[in-house]
Amino acid sequence: MTTVSLTVNGQSVTADVDPRTLLVQFLRDNLRLTGTHVGCDTSQCGACVVHLNGQAVKSCTVLAVQADAGTVTTIEGLSQGGDLHPMQAAFREHHGLQCGYCTPGMIMSAVDIVNRKGHSLDEETIRAELEGNLCRCTGYHNIVKAVAAGAQAMGQTPLPQAAE
Amino acid sequence: MYAFEYHRPASVKQAADLASQFEDSKFLAGGHTLLPTMKLRLAAPANLVDLGQIAELRGIERSGSTVTIGAMMKHAEVANSGDIRSSIPALAEMAELIGDPHVRNRGTIGGSIANNDPSADYPAACLALNATIVTDRRKIAADDFFQGIFSTALDEGELITRVAFQTPKQAAYAKFRNPASRYALVGVFVARHADGVRVAVTGAGSNGVFRVPEMEAALNLSFTPEALDGISVSTDAMNSDIHADAAYRAHLVGVMARRAVQAAASRS
Repeated sequence: MTTVSLTVNGQSVTADVDPRTLLVQFLRDNLRLTGTHVGCDTSQCGACVVHLNGQAVKSCTVLAVQADAGTVTTIEGLSQGGDLHPMQAAFREHHGLQCGYCTPGMIMSAVDIVNRKGHSLDEETIRAELEGNLCRCTGYHNIVKAVAAGAQAMGQTPLPQAAE
Repeated sequence: MYAFEYHRPASVKQAADLASQFEDSKFLAGGHTLLPTMKLRLAAPANLVDLGQIAELRGIERSGSTVTIGAMMKHAEVANSGDIRSSIPALAEMAELIGDPHVRNRGTIGGSIANNDPSADYPAACLALNATIVTDRRKIAADDFFQGIFSTALDEGELITRVAFQTPKQAAYAKFRNPASRYALVGVFVARHADGVRVAVTGAGSNGVFRVPEMEAALNLSFTPEALDGISVSTDAMNSDIHADAAYRAHLVGVMARRAVQAAASRS
């Protein structure tokens, strides 16, 4: 067993884990943060995207021990209190989901895109930046609309203090 | 994935010592090939030596006509580096075409080169930019480093520490991506140096990355896409799979080479 210490959604967490434990398993099974999903388990679909030290990563392809001393934000850490994060609200408003399985990863990727590319995102940029996130229901159209609107909204409303 | 012992050295020396101490060990860089391979149980090292905390393996340095990149630099860091954008923009553009944003946030240059996947992008950049691969033991010219699919000049336990690229006068990378995997179906890196043009092809060859001397000779006479008219690569040495057969790959080598020359020649 190896000890890992992380800050997850603002909380300090220390645990002894088998070194082969994936970050996504640690989040879901140890911390019961089941908002982060496992889709393909082969680093293609993006359902498991979380932010590690401020960067979007596929948590099915990171060992928990590699994230030691790091800061992780999951979909559960985006909003504070009862209010949705503006990106979450935009996905609801624009019907950016059907079954919802890919949605946590889509939203974590979308927030990362805004962090890197700003609040005015054109369709081409959004589609290119979402190439690591697969959705099998929506045909992406409403997801793209939701990301564009969410990006704008993140620039307008005073953001609730995200955990990261 | 099978169980393993996890080690986290703080220096290259410690990493090398661990690798020699444990016979059945693997270096873990970004983990974006090794971890999926271990999940599939195609690899089952008893020891993983995580390079993630070794400061010596990081950094980008520009000196004279050389740009040196630490082995643990991530694709996104290379893509976004001002030093690389201004000195070898083709290299930054190549890094930005690897995988997807999340993969680029984890995958590393050292890991890509050590793995030498026949469809990886970095091996083509190393050959075209006449790179020197620096290890904890020696310096290896890119021309001697890549030795066939998943095969390199690295000895057991030898660790890539940096990669030094020769700054070209003009260069560009043209990639035909597999739309699902984003690996290169065919990628051609063309670089014009003071001492001649280099053309390197990835994704296409059944023996991994390779140079095309006929194209280089023609481009040395005239650095234009038209100079490549009538030059083709043999289908005998091409990969053939469900994504593209050998004839199609050979054709794409010509198309991508012309596009790369066009893009390189239009750079000031």
